[in-house]
Amino acid sequence: MADNEDAGATVAEPLDLVRLSLDEIVFVKLRGDRELKGRLHAYDSHCNLVLGDVEETIYVVEEDENEEEITRTIKKQEEMLFVRGESALTTICNGHRR
Amino acid sequence: MLFFSFFKTLTNQTVTIELKNDIRIRGILKSVDQYLNIKLDDIEVLDLDKYPHLSSVKNMFIRGSVVRYVILPRSEVDVGLLEDATRREAANQAGKAR
Repeated sequence: MADNEDAGATVAEPLDLVRLSLDEIVFVKLRGDRELKGRLHAYDSHCNLVLGDVEETIYVVEEDENEEEITRTIKKQEEMLFVRGESALTTICNGHRR
Repeated sequence: MLFFSFFKTLTNQTVTIELKNDIRIRGILKSVDQYLNIKLDDIEVLDLDKYPHLSSVKNMFIRGSVVRYVILPRSEVDVGLLEDATRREAANQAGKAR
């Protein structure tokens, strides 16, 4: 089938865009004001992900003494991380302009 | 089924699970099922002073839906194999959808 022959390069379904980012650095926004940046090693149809060399950024909003809101960021590093798909909101894949 | 198989290859390894309520638990991955429910043995709760009620717990069953992250031992993950398996799974899913 012609469809199968070029299935490696085409974007027919939304998740195909994610497939093209395998082994690339991706940026993932999560529930709870969290972001991840890391190399995508695996995903499935639930948007479960495995990322390598990940940097996690957590944004915490606090009030200072004048009751003004300030945003504090917490950064964490992990070597290999499985992310449950439910938590993922968006995955931004760089380097592919098609 | 990709991540179910993936976690099965990691049984008897030490992993750290971060739950959606921020509790982090390190333990030996004993078993996993299709919902990615996980059984951990010899657990240790990180930040135990915040969660003292878990101090006497040695084994744990974790419902898959409450997991946010699983932090994996990098040395036990073959990223090449994982990426190939992901591409195969994506091709299978595309085949089913057609």
